[in-house]
Amino acid sequence: MANKEVRVLGAWPSPFVMRARIALNIKKLDYEFLQEQLGSKSELLLKSNPVHKKIPVLIHGDKPICESLVIVQYVDEVWSSGPSILPSDPYDRAIARFWAAYIDDKWFPSLSGIPRAQGEEAKMAAIQQVRDGLELLEDAFVKCSKGKPFFGGDSIGYLDIAFGCFLGWLRVTEKSNGVKLLDETKTPNLAKWAVRFCSDVAVKDVMPDTDKLAEFAKVLFAKFRAPPPSN
Amino acid sequence: MATGEEVKVLGYWSSPYALRVKWALKLKAVEFDYMEEDLTNKSALLLQLNPVHKKIPVLLHNGKPVAESLVIMEYVDETWKQNPLLPQHPHQRAIARFWAKFVDEKEGEEQEKAAKEAREHLKTLESGLEEGKPFFGGESIGFVDIAAAWIGVWGEITGEIVGIKLVDEEAMPLLTACFQAVLQTPLLKECLPPRAELLEHSKRFRQKLMAAAAAST
Repeated sequence: MANKEVRVLGAWPSPFVMRARIALNIKKLDYEFLQEQLGSKSELLLKSNPVHKKIPVLIHGDKPICESLVIVQYVDEVWSSGPSILPSDPYDRAIARFWAAYIDDKWFPSLSGIPRAQGEEAKMAAIQQVRDGLELLEDAFVKCSKGKPFFGGDSIGYLDIAFGCFLGWLRVTEKSNGVKLLDETKTPNLAKWAVRFCSDVAVKDVMPDTDKLAEFAKVLFAKFRAPPPSN
Repeated sequence: MATGEEVKVLGYWSSPYALRVKWALKLKAVEFDYMEEDLTNKSALLLQLNPVHKKIPVLLHNGKPVAESLVIMEYVDETWKQNPLLPQHPHQRAIARFWAKFVDEKEGEEQEKAAKEAREHLKTLESGLEEGKPFFGGESIGFVDIAAAWIGVWGEITGEIVGIKLVDEEAMPLLTACFQAVLQTPLLKECLPPRAELLEHSKRFRQKLMAAAAAST
């Protein structure tokens, strides 16, 4: 039974929305998932996020919370008795936040850059940028995980969520461009982590099927002549 | 310096991001060594401490580096608990983080070239303030105030250069008053770069931006 106390305004293809849903799943919280339609914004969305008019929005009771990573931290802080999402040590938290910012500010834009690239040369350069970023993230994984299965250690944490939400779009990009980005020979730890992440109980029901996402990408391109949403 | 506690900040005199870190530490009365970087000739230390971005500010706490000004601010707030920067209540914290992110996305230094847009975003930022409460942090200076008040200085300078009033008392009275209150606080005022030099630096920075924009069209 969906709990009306917690609502998520979002859409199934959005990696940013996925972050909010994974966080709620980790805390085993029921919530109502209100999906926005492509190309239009509901009254509730415009009212709840007047500044950006973007998904995801978490509505807790009557309070809206916007920005995916802000939502994840909010969920972690409110439902503090559930499994922790952020690390407990301030320095580990700073490292997790640093890499999450890197992913949002640099890595995901580089991924979005591939379908946007005009011409073969630009495309190759864009692909290389993504691969370079993945190598950095491979190092980050080794340092953060300290031999454990996830960035967050034994279970999925903040950085797993921040990065893992893009795996669907990563696979779609690989498929539609005929290129391997997440390469088990170059970034073996990330490749294995990706499998673990996608099969995690908090993730598997909210991670979209790659083919379904690829179909959606075609619709999105056709409708807006633009690659994935970048909120 | 308290024994066993080594705090260093790598910064640049004209960087509002470095200013945020100085302000956060000062408000918590944390002593630190400030190291000015020459951004035209970055030190081996900077490249070692922030290999991903090679940028300031970097906080070095007992040998451990933290980069990205808002990440540093959260770290400072969590490590030194006196004078909390973020509110206690999770919803208030979420609002603070939201506005801090808004400032970074919409009012970064690069935004100087889109002054009119920046001005519109400042009007939006005004909506984060409450009548009767002097700061984003309420009665006292908090996270968003530290993240945003630099705009009161840098915005004024950009305004002078491009001829648009960015921080407009009429259009955004609460924001203007908030920034002024933060900037006039002696502890924070003493960290500000000298205005004349900042003006010259900003003019040169804008010229470079214009040249780069012209070259890429």
